[in-house]
Amino acid sequence: MKAGIIVFPGTNCDRDAEFALKMAGFDVEYIWHDFENIKKYNLVFIPGGFSYGDYLRAGALAKFSPVMKEVERYVEEDRGLVLGICNGFQILTEAGLLKGALTKNKTLKFICKDVDVKVINKETPFAKHIKKESLTIPIAHAEGNYYIEDYDYLKENNLIAFEYVDNPNGSIGNIAGIYNEKFNVLGMMPHPERNSLKTLGNGDGLEILLSIRRALENE
Amino acid sequence: MRKFVFEALITLKNGILDPQGLATQKVLKRLKYPIENVKFGKLITFEIEAENEKNAEELAEEITYKSLINPVLENYELKLLKEIEA
Repeated sequence: MKAGIIVFPGTNCDRDAEFALKMAGFDVEYIWHDFENIKKYNLVFIPGGFSYGDYLRAGALAKFSPVMKEVERYVEEDRGLVLGICNGFQILTEAGLLKGALTKNKTLKFICKDVDVKVINKETPFAKHIKKESLTIPIAHAEGNYYIEDYDYLKENNLIAFEYVDNPNGSIGNIAGIYNEKFNVLGMMPHPERNSLKTLGNGDGLEILLSIRRALENE
Repeated sequence: MRKFVFEALITLKNGILDPQGLATQKVLKRLKYPIENVKFGKLITFEIEAENEKNAEELAEEITYKSLINPVLENYELKLLKEIEA
């Protein structure tokens, strides 16, 4: 299974992602943001960081990178799965690949701590092999307050992936992560790649990456 | 080609939390000012080359809507400030 990690100027979670994806059994390569051929990857990972310094808005400038046009095509043609973490989630919403938007935390603070998230929709490749009901995963963000006008739409279509047990940032409906309608894109604020080993916490983050690998292998 | 200067005033939509505004308001209230509804926005100015004013306005509108704002969160007002020597 091949995973590609997209690197924008300002991305800073790429190496954590590489480490965690290798732990989950993927062959991993980096993809520079002006690269245009991502078809060969089974998983495209958009990591956290501060793409283009988060100028204009978090994730807003990254959507104009050539690779994002390819990600759009990749999703449309169902080539594999796309996982966006933190800034990656912000980029996916800015690019219109996921609904809604992320805005400043209600506390106005950058929050960095472990949080518990409930797994809401388990009928997707991202989550179907997760055994636990809730996972402990670190967050580290200033703009993780998820907002959407049509919250009921997400609910009715089972597009909510994870909900915070204790909402840290003011997200509507405690949302920590959502899917697209085809269930081949997941965006989430918590960083599973930062808890991929017992030494780094309890290893809960790896559950998500392992679920993805197993689902891809069984297809 | 002519050159036009635009100004886009970007504000958060009603109901979108504006923590910068709230924090500022709290401090000002603590200083006993009778103040409410402090809100932050962004002002972006840019110059565009175009054949005429109409084309420039259409282009500025497209740039603002498609790139400068996030329509889920923000409203905007676009103004043509002046034409300058190209």
